[in-house]
Amino acid sequence: MSAPGAMALLAPMLGTVGLVDRIVFVVAALVILTGAVGVVLSRNPVHAALMLVLTLFGVAVLFVEQQANFLAAVQVIVYAGAIVVLFLFVIMFLGVDRQENLAEEPLKAQRPLAVGLMVLALAGFVALIVLGHWSVGAHSVAGAARDQKGGDVAALGRSVFTTYLFPFEATAALLVIAVVGAVVLARRPQQGGPPELDDGDSDADEADAATEEEVVS
Amino acid sequence: MSVPGSYFLVLAALLFAIGALGLLVRRNVLVMFMCIELMLNAANLTFVTFSRMLNDIGGQALVFFVLVVAAAEVVVGLGIVVAIFRRRATTTADDLHMLKG
Repeated sequence: MSAPGAMALLAPMLGTVGLVDRIVFVVAALVILTGAVGVVLSRNPVHAALMLVLTLFGVAVLFVEQQANFLAAVQVIVYAGAIVVLFLFVIMFLGVDRQENLAEEPLKAQRPLAVGLMVLALAGFVALIVLGHWSVGAHSVAGAARDQKGGDVAALGRSVFTTYLFPFEATAALLVIAVVGAVVLARRPQQGGPPELDDGDSDADEADAATEEEVVS
Repeated sequence: MSVPGSYFLVLAALLFAIGALGLLVRRNVLVMFMCIELMLNAANLTFVTFSRMLNDIGGQALVFFVLVVAAAEVVVGLGIVVAIFRRRATTTADDLHMLKG
């Protein structure tokens, strides 16, 4: 088949591709916003974590739609696979997976103030990106993102291992520091440690002593 | 590409605003952390959108680093939450007034 013939045949399908893109965007946007509102409004932390997965998945879909396929895969693996699992693990480890009363609010003015502030901030964001004509700047400074040999994975790899090599190595140090910090923080305090570390326990001991005294008297 | 980049930018701004609102309104430290993740994701979406609009791979590389920093931040943050829970048995930010001088 000749090339113009193929183009004529593909033209209506290309229109359909555009429509599919739009539908995917709208569905992903709805999923993202539903998940985000769910995180803020859900009473149970476990439900909030699951809503967070919904949002992260929607963002991954939008990454795919913008040809950032590798980042979409990393988003699902790192966020949904590691970070949310860590959240759920901590929630269940601490046993705080029960309902909390959202109507209780010690600071009366905080919620209206927060909503007003966020509406103002949102208006500011939109005004900034509209006044900036949505995006300005030099094109392809760090290398082109589209139509690269090997796709976005090769382009990202070339960029990370050449232009951004030093930050990449620095993230390795950052991860080691984070792991060591987490181990030090979450370690159980040793027996005979500093007395101020046993704050909760000493209260309990005093309470026990008090009940014993009552029993004796 | 048929969906204009501006749609993605407005969606990311909305996502960021919802995350920031949650951070201000919620009292549970764990939920506040999740709201920070929402804000980081909004920034990531903006980076990828600019990467597409300007045809520059630097935006995607930056998202890569944001992911690493987010993972490290969550690990340390949850470690702090566990350490606080050992002493106070609470994950409510209001109950952490013992840091007051």
